[in-house]
Amino acid sequence: MPRLEEHCWRRSCTSRVESKNYYRENWVASKAEEMMSIITSVLSNVYGSLHSVQTANLIRRGLVLFTVGVFLALVLNLLQVQRNVTLFPEEVMATLFSSAWWIPPCCGTAAAVVGLLYPCIDSHLGEPHKFKREWASVMRCIAVFVGINHASAKLDFANNVQLSLTLAALSLGLWWTFDRSRSGFGLGIGTAFLATVITQLLVYNGVYQYTYPDFLYVRSWLPCIFFSGGVTAGNIGRQLAMVTHYHNATLTIHENRK
Amino acid sequence: MTVRERLREKISAAFYRHGLLCASYPVPIILFTSASILACCYPLLRLPLPGTGPVEFTTRVRDYTVPSHEPQGDLGEQPDWYRGPPVAYIQPVLVKAAVSPWDSTLVPVDVFRSPLGRVFSLLEEIRNHVHDDGSGIRSLEALCLQVTDLLPGLRRMQRVLPEHGCLLVSPGNYWQNQRELFDSDPDLLKTVHQHEPKGLHTSATLRDLLFGVPVKHTGVSLYSRKRVVTYTITMVLGSYDARFLSSLRARLRQLHPSVNCSLREDHMVHVHFKEEIGMAELIPLVTTYIILFAYIYFSTRKIDMVKSKWGLALAAVVTVLSSLLMSVGLCTLFGLTPTLNGGEIFPYLVVVIGLENVLVLTKSVVSTPVDLEVKLRIAQGLSNESWSIMKNMATELCIILIGYFTLVPAIQEFCLFAVVGLVSDFFLQMFFFTTVLSIDIRRMELADLNRRLPAEAGMPLPKPGPLRPREAPPPPRPSPHTITLQTPAFRNLRLPKRLRVVYFLARTRLAQRFIMVGTVIWIGILAYTDPAGLRTYLAAQVSEQSPLGDGGAGGLPPHLGVAPVFPGPGGDPVGTLSVLPAPAEPTPLPENQSQGHHGAPGEGVPLVPQISWGAEDEEGWRRLSFRHWPSLFSYYNITLAKRYISILPVIPITLHLSPREAIETRHPQDTRHPPPPSLKTNDLPADLTLYKVAALGLAAGVLLVLLLFCLYRVLCSRNYGQNGVAHGRRRRGDLPCDDYGYSPPISEISPLLLCGHSMDIECLASDGMLLASCCLAGQIRVWDTQTGDCLTVIPKHGLRRSSSSGCWEQRDGWDAVGVAEPENLGGGTEPGGGVFDEGEGYPLRRRTTPRPALFENQPDLTPLIDTNFDSQPPSHLLLTPPRDGFDFGGLVEKAYLEHEPPSPGLTASYPSPLSGPPPQRRRSLGYIQPPAPQGQETPDWESAVWAMELRGNLIAAGRSNGKLELWDAVEGSLRCSNEDGVSGITALAFLNNRIVAARLDGSLDFFTVDINKPLGLLQYRGPPGRSNMPPSPCYSSEDVISCQLTRSVQCAHQKPITVLRAAAGRVVTGSQDHTVRVYRLEDSCCLFTLQGHSGGITAIYIDQTMVLASGGQDGAICLWDVLTGSRVSHVYGHRGDVTSLVCTTSCVISSGLDDLICIWDRSTGIKLYSIQQEVGCGASLGVISESLLVTGGQGCVSFWDLNFGDLLQTVYLGQSSDGQGVRQLVVLNNAAIVCDFGSELSLVYVPSVLEKLD
Repeated sequence: MPRLEEHCWRRSCTSRVESKNYYRENWVASKAEEMMSIITSVLSNVYGSLHSVQTANLIRRGLVLFTVGVFLALVLNLLQVQRNVTLFPEEVMATLFSSAWWIPPCCGTAAAVVGLLYPCIDSHLGEPHKFKREWASVMRCIAVFVGINHASAKLDFANNVQLSLTLAALSLGLWWTFDRSRSGFGLGIGTAFLATVITQLLVYNGVYQYTYPDFLYVRSWLPCIFFSGGVTAGNIGRQLAMVTHYHNATLTIHENRK
Repeated sequence: MTVRERLREKISAAFYRHGLLCASYPVPIILFTSASILACCYPLLRLPLPGTGPVEFTTRVRDYTVPSHEPQGDLGEQPDWYRGPPVAYIQPVLVKAAVSPWDSTLVPVDVFRSPLGRVFSLLEEIRNHVHDDGSGIRSLEALCLQVTDLLPGLRRMQRVLPEHGCLLVSPGNYWQNQRELFDSDPDLLKTVHQHEPKGLHTSATLRDLLFGVPVKHTGVSLYSRKRVVTYTITMVLGSYDARFLSSLRARLRQLHPSVNCSLREDHMVHVHFKEEIGMAELIPLVTTYIILFAYIYFSTRKIDMVKSKWGLALAAVVTVLSSLLMSVGLCTLFGLTPTLNGGEIFPYLVVVIGLENVLVLTKSVVSTPVDLEVKLRIAQGLSNESWSIMKNMATELCIILIGYFTLVPAIQEFCLFAVVGLVSDFFLQMFFFTTVLSIDIRRMELADLNRRLPAEAGMPLPKPGPLRPREAPPPPRPSPHTITLQTPAFRNLRLPKRLRVVYFLARTRLAQRFIMVGTVIWIGILAYTDPAGLRTYLAAQVSEQSPLGDGGAGGLPPHLGVAPVFPGPGGDPVGTLSVLPAPAEPTPLPENQSQGHHGAPGEGVPLVPQISWGAEDEEGWRRLSFRHWPSLFSYYNITLAKRYISILPVIPITLHLSPREAIETRHPQDTRHPPPPSLKTNDLPADLTLYKVAALGLAAGVLLVLLLFCLYRVLCSRNYGQNGVAHGRRRRGDLPCDDYGYSPPISEISPLLLCGHSMDIECLASDGMLLASCCLAGQIRVWDTQTGDCLTVIPKHGLRRSSSSGCWEQRDGWDAVGVAEPENLGGGTEPGGGVFDEGEGYPLRRRTTPRPALFENQPDLTPLIDTNFDSQPPSHLLLTPPRDGFDFGGLVEKAYLEHEPPSPGLTASYPSPLSGPPPQRRRSLGYIQPPAPQGQETPDWESAVWAMELRGNLIAAGRSNGKLELWDAVEGSLRCSNEDGVSGITALAFLNNRIVAARLDGSLDFFTVDINKPLGLLQYRGPPGRSNMPPSPCYSSEDVISCQLTRSVQCAHQKPITVLRAAAGRVVTGSQDHTVRVYRLEDSCCLFTLQGHSGGITAIYIDQTMVLASGGQDGAICLWDVLTGSRVSHVYGHRGDVTSLVCTTSCVISSGLDDLICIWDRSTGIKLYSIQQEVGCGASLGVISESLLVTGGQGCVSFWDLNFGDLLQTVYLGQSSDGQGVRQLVVLNNAAIVCDFGSELSLVYVPSVLEKLD
């Protein structure tokens, strides 16, 4: 790990602990902010159509997705913490929680929005997603997503182009293996694009800065992570929607009969 | 394309052969596989043990040179980490100081104040030591490891640990290495203690770091009995200079001679530290493992319909894991050493390799026809999936190959592992898992066999009656092997969620096991991380075992190379001396004593502190925590992970201070400490810790108990366990109570019993308002579904056969007798038929003389007979291969050949086309009958009613002799009869004015019912119900009704037609020949022949919305599009026949011989869930509303919530409900259900549903 070592040394001259998580925080934050606007519209929609069953269902799904998002944010944040501070668990934990408190919730919100958006778009397009709709596949997808993050955090690449290309290939492979739907691809691209732009804006305005920007102030592999994250959240959301779809259908039939 | 096809064929054939091989020789193949797994894992033995304990390597000091980076030739004895310079050289200077002789005027603080004070002069000495030989001047400043800032998080240590300069650690650091601060410090112990962390800790503390010896060995305590202070001055050198160090050693020895010290000084120990896994890395790792387990869980959950689900899941996991081990082993064998962190990449490897193939294999094998031989099933299942397996494997290999060309070393290595893992996984799947699967399937077959045999043996003999041989086939059973009565299994009751959670916890003892496991793990961690515990022991073992350990040691005594694992019980140098006497060491005692004596000979010997040097001092650092050095270096942001340090031989220093000196250095406040209450407080701090832990543990335990108690009070109501008493109306025994005494709430569902039939009910038909039932005795009764009154009995007046005379005798008012005695049908001497009383307008038919002699030795063929064609094909899997279908002729004939030539009257009772009654006989019988009062045809009493339909007031009855009769339901008169066919009518459909009859020989007859009456009389009765049937016209009694055969499709099917359904202008037939045919009702034109089942069709569902579902003996369910004839979906759900199929708007419900009710999503064909019923219950199904499913059980009907699969209620039909299974179940319009139940009918209203619907 010469590269990481080098990072550490250089950071240790400055206030390294604070700067460590910036880029990770950054994308989380941006993702969340981007989603905040969407969620307001979704919420208004939800309140507009006061279908009690639908709403409850939606909220339940959203909660699950939110939890998953928060959890993944914490874990992936930890993944980015470098390895040579391992002897100070308390310090690491402090670092983890000293980062802005709103990051995990925002991440969770983003996951919830994306995860609810996928089945919604599916139903609007009229092409229900049927490819590998089972929990085992979803778990596999999450594992691969964590693996991609792991690779981006831990592996040594010769240069950033190689890193970005590899991650892009991995993300596409993730999509091909677990999604294979046009809407999923489009939404993933959209998520990646929007999130990257917002991150870029934040960085440009000096809210945060990267330790090692390699492409116009941002890390070039960020879009790949965004993309695979979007696909993963969508996968979970679709599965949740499918599980509850059946209940939903029967319940609505009941109500219609009444 | 052709190449692909050929390839596919070849692969399929190869897999087929392979499957045969695996299933034929399971044991040798499993042995072979295990052997190959072990062989491939053998290289793993050479890998180092997992764990993060440091590893040591000892070399001589004398000819030490810094190892080069490049691996050298003679690496045989050097570990591979011993390359390049170490991070640092550690030069410990071990100081033992005592005030001697001990004076009674001294206060306890004097034990350590002046000895500690000497550290400053020692430090001064060390810092100022300069070695000057010819080559230049060397001092510590030049050699030592220069450190910079502390880590920013360590502000509290900033004053203590050195910054910006030499890393030289000693107790003097507490006072910034300034003697003045030390002298002015009023309370030394407080200064030392204030840097200690609070609470329990396992890693190195600051005190350990500075003193360089474990806390209890320092002697810096008010209660020290030995009065010897031990500490270490630790020099951390960046580069090694032998001459400087030896001169320093000589200088210090000269200044402070340790006379009795004979520590070995010729070995330096290199300690290699592995990567530590800290919290930050542990959490993602744990997360990935959790995801992995979730993946495995969700995957293995899909394994279904096998004998041992857990066994197969275990086999699947074993397959994946051992393929991973094999891949690592093989890679090691071929010289590729794993550099990646195995624990980190392992979950990803599992995820990449995946469990999919295993599941696909299982699914494919269990979905093969169950009646095949196990070998063939395995082979067929394998070859079915061969193409997809090979395709997936090729794809994965391609992806990994692409990954290999990313040229990132880590990814390349991962890919290499994954490739080898994939290949070995494939190998294991093919050999290990397939074989295990075959064993499992074989076990399942055996279990089935065992279940079936006693069932057949114990099948109750059908009540033999006079009618028996002629017209009473055994009552339609779902299957011979589902009759066995078992205690009702625990059903999935609709429990409150909290109770479910508690029950789950209680059932699995989850909390208890969790706590146990946690405790064991905790103890293990403690034992492992304890500095004096397992880890050092293991490390010592490793260093001892490895030939490298004493490679340079030459004639080193074994115990010297190994750390003293457990310090002596006394824990101080003197104590251990006697415990671990070094053999090479001269006894130091005399000299020591003499030295101690020359100060104050008057004092007693015990008062002279003895300073002695033992073997354990030689490598005193071993007694420190294994985290000692990593934590020291990590304060300066230097990681020791995967690197090593070299520890130089210790420099011993013995200090003897005079009491005068001690008193001089005394601080004014020191005397305030009271003298120790001697001997009572030995080892107090350690004991205190122990007590603290014990108290904490006790408190935690009490808290836990309280918490659990509260939990119990919250979760469980006060009258927990008295539910049965609370619901007093029902007896506990009647309830489907679960194991915990929970009974579902009672609602007012009470069945209405409709009694009257004398034998078991064979056919049920209803059009919503009326209900017609036909029993085995041939009696048809018509009931009002609203009131439950019996409206009509056909034959009109009670006819009763006397068992003694063998003819019908009239008994007036027989109807009024509610309950028929089932007794007198048990004579068994009358082959059939009877004599009707002429006075009733019924034909008198004289039977030919019965031949009782024949019946005496008549073989009992009843087990061979299964005439329940309507709902169920014969499932004598053991008796007849499926393609033989209903052909009992051979059996029957064989049986009869052993006795007498068959009599026509006898053979007539057997539902075989070969042995059917000769038509001329029937005709002759019919001719002697006087005309019926209505001038119409006469009813035929001698053949059984096999099928019945009710529309309007017309009952259409199809008889076993091929006769179709139309009865008036209200008046009970025969309106019309048609005898065009001779083969028994197995199924009837009555739609509008058409009747479709399916016959045993596979032909399909279309009849038209013509009503000659004024048009205006055609009226409709009954509200247009929710049922799928269109409202039927009502026929008044004045009309002349004729029934004409419009078309007969002779060879509709090759085999007997088993199911016939009509709806929406279509007639759908299912047959034993594995096909479903769709006819148009108007012109009886065959629209489609639907193929796709691999077994006879046993159930069909069609409704107004043109949804067609069919289920077969292969356990498959197909959904078809009736408009195009295409198959919409094809799912395997049951082991054995599908006995019943119902669709709702959103789902398909199927029940099978395996007593499983499966609920499928109609649009996607995905199984939503399944309900396991008790044995013998799964045959009858009905859907009352979209969310209410009703199933028949043993003497009860159960209501299920379709949305959740919960049992809502079980309604018991009668008092003596044992053994009478509900075989047919008809859902009426008014939310009532009718089910037959032995000889009785039961009408159950479901009021709650009514409320819900209206």
